[in-house]
Amino acid sequence: MTDKIPVTVLTGYLGAGKTTLLNRILTEPHGKRFAVIVNEFGEVGIDNDLVVGADEEVFEMNNGCICCTVRGDLIRIIDGLMKRRGKFDAIIVETTGLADPAPVAQTFFVDEDVAARTKLDAVVTVVDAKWLGERLKDAPEAKNQIAFADVIILNKTDLVTAEELAAVEAKIRAINPYAVLHRTQRSAVALDAVLGKNAFDLDRILDVEPDFLESGHHHHHSDDIASVAVTVPGDIDPEKFMPWINEFTQVEGPNILRCKGILSFKNEPKRFVFQGVHMILDGDLQREWNPGETRQSKMVFIGRDLKRAEIEKAVEACRA
Amino acid sequence: MNAPTSLTSNVAPIAAEAHIVAAGFPGGVPTLALATGTVLRIVDGVAHETSAHPDAGLLTAAFDRAGVVTGGYDGRIVRTSSDGSCETLADEKGRWIDAIASSPNGAVAWSVGKRVSARDDKGRVRTTETPSTAQGLVFAPKGYRVAACHYNGVSLWFPNVEAAPEALTWKGSHLDVVWSPDGKFIVTSMQESTLHGWRLADKKDMRMSGYPAKPRSLSWSHDGEWLGTSGADAAIIWPFKDKDGPMGKAPRECGVRPAKVTRVAFHPNALVLAIGYEDNCILLCRLTDASELLVRAPVKGMGAITALAWDKQGERMIFGTAEGDAGVLTLP
Repeated sequence: MTDKIPVTVLTGYLGAGKTTLLNRILTEPHGKRFAVIVNEFGEVGIDNDLVVGADEEVFEMNNGCICCTVRGDLIRIIDGLMKRRGKFDAIIVETTGLADPAPVAQTFFVDEDVAARTKLDAVVTVVDAKWLGERLKDAPEAKNQIAFADVIILNKTDLVTAEELAAVEAKIRAINPYAVLHRTQRSAVALDAVLGKNAFDLDRILDVEPDFLESGHHHHHSDDIASVAVTVPGDIDPEKFMPWINEFTQVEGPNILRCKGILSFKNEPKRFVFQGVHMILDGDLQREWNPGETRQSKMVFIGRDLKRAEIEKAVEACRA
Repeated sequence: MNAPTSLTSNVAPIAAEAHIVAAGFPGGVPTLALATGTVLRIVDGVAHETSAHPDAGLLTAAFDRAGVVTGGYDGRIVRTSSDGSCETLADEKGRWIDAIASSPNGAVAWSVGKRVSARDDKGRVRTTETPSTAQGLVFAPKGYRVAACHYNGVSLWFPNVEAAPEALTWKGSHLDVVWSPDGKFIVTSMQESTLHGWRLADKKDMRMSGYPAKPRSLSWSHDGEWLGTSGADAAIIWPFKDKDGPMGKAPRECGVRPAKVTRVAFHPNALVLAIGYEDNCILLCRLTDASELLVRAPVKGMGAITALAWDKQGERMIFGTAEGDAGVLTLP
C-alpha cells in the first residue's frame, strides 16, 4: 500500500497574493518536489518543473444531488500525474480567483480513483487585508473561499492600520471561526503553516478543538454566510443523531459549506468525529474519552442561511 | 470449480520499470508505451528503447498496424514505427494531450481540451471543437469519422465535411468511447460508474449500470456480438447480437475473483476474453463454456494490469502493469 499524495488547494481572490505564496512554496529550500495544477489563465510565471494547466471544468454528478459537483479536469490530470508517481511528493492546486472551492474539495471525496491515490490536505485561502472588506460586499466567491478555508493567509497587513486589521479579522472570524489564521506581508509564511495540515483527516479535527471552544454559543453573522456552533453537555443518542445529520445534510447540503464535530455517544468509550463538505459526510470513532474529560458534543456548521434555532433544537432532541 | 489450468510457463517476462500506459504488436513487434515517454520494443527477445518524449513522459497512446502514436506531457503527438523511428505528427505547445485514437488506415485523432484534431493518412489536419473537454476518441470502423465523448454526450464528426458534429446527448461526464464493429452502436463509460450506449439508427439510449467502479476498459468480440468490460469483480460481457443491443438482457459474468477487473481484451478470432485485474492477475475466459486459464498469478506490489492486447493472429498476448511488470504470452 503506497502512501497517498497530499493535495493542497490554494484559493484567494484576484490580486490577494496567491501566486506569490505559490512561488514562495516552490522556491524555499525544503527538498520537496511538487506537481502544480494551475488554471490556464495564469498571468504570472510559475517556477516549477511540473506545471499542468487546468480548465476548471465543473461537472455535476448524476447522483440525485444538485450540489454534488466535481472538477472533471482535475480527475483527468491526477490520473495522468499518478502514472509518474515518484516524480513528485505533493500536489498543489491553484484555483482562479473566481472559483468556488467546493467542487475541488468534493473531487477528493467523490471520485474513488482520486480518493484512492491522493488525500486533500487543506484548503488555504489568501486574502488581501486592504481590499477584503470591499470584496465581501461585491464578490460572493470571496466569501465562499473564506468559509471553505482550513488555513487563511491574511496578506498585505502592511497596507492597513492596526484598527483596520482588527476589523478585517473580525469579518473573517464572523464567516469562519475555526480556520487557522496567519497575518502576513508579501505572503511570507512558514511552509509548515500551509502544508501538511491534514485538515480533512478525522484524527486531526481534534487539534482544532480549541478554536471550536472559542466559538461556543456565540452567534456569528456576516450577511448571508454564517457559522452555527452548538455544544450540548452529556451524551447524544446515535440512533437519533445519525438519521438527523444525514437528513439535514441531504436537505440543507447546498447551503452547508463545511461542518465538523466531535460527539459523545451514549455507552461509547470513544469519541465520534465527523466532517463534511456540502452533502458529503465522513465520520468515525476516534480516541477514547480521557478519564476526567467532560463528555460533551460540539459541532460547527458554516453555510448560507442556516437556521440556527432549528439546528439547536434538532441537536437538543438527539440527547440521550 | 477446479483451479484454472495454467499457461504461466508460456509467458516471457519483460522488465519495463515504469507505469505501462499501453501495449500492442505493431508490425508484429511486442511494444510497450511507458509513462516515462519511452517506447519499448522487443525484437528477438532483446529490448530496444526509443525516447518518443525525451525529458517529458507520455499520457495516452493508440496502436495501429505499423506503430504506436503517443501524446506526451510535452504536448507532442509522436508516431514510433515498429522499426523504432520517430515522427512528430503535431505539437500542441506543452498542453496535455487528453485522448488519442488511431484508425486502421493510418489516420490519427487527438484532443487538447475542447479542441479535437484529425490527421488523415496524407497528413492533412482538420480540427473541430466539442462543448467541453473531449476525454475519449474513437474512429468509426468504416469511413473517415470520429466520435468524441465529453460532458453530456458524444459528438460524431466527419473531419472532411464542414458541417458541425452530430450530437448524441446524455447527462453526465463520458470518459471513454467505443464504436461497435458493425458501426451500429456507440458505447461510453461514465464518471458515475455506468456505461451508456446509443443505437445510431434512431439514437435510442441504452443504459448499462451496476458497476462498483468506472468501467474504463471496453473490448468488442471479433464477431461484434459481445462487449467485454472492466469495473467489477468479474468481466461483465454485454450481448450486442440483436438489433436492440443488450436492452432487456442480462450481461454475462466471467472470471469472478475477489479483485477488480482493470483491463479486458477479446481474442481477435475466438470467443475468448483476456481479463486483467487490479492485483495484476490475468485469466483467459472462454465464453462458450466459461472455462478459465491462468496466464499470470498475482504478484504483490506489482500494481494493476494497465495494458492488455492480442496480436493480429491471436497467437500472442502482451500485458503491462502500473509498476512496470510486463510480459508476452505465446499460446501453445
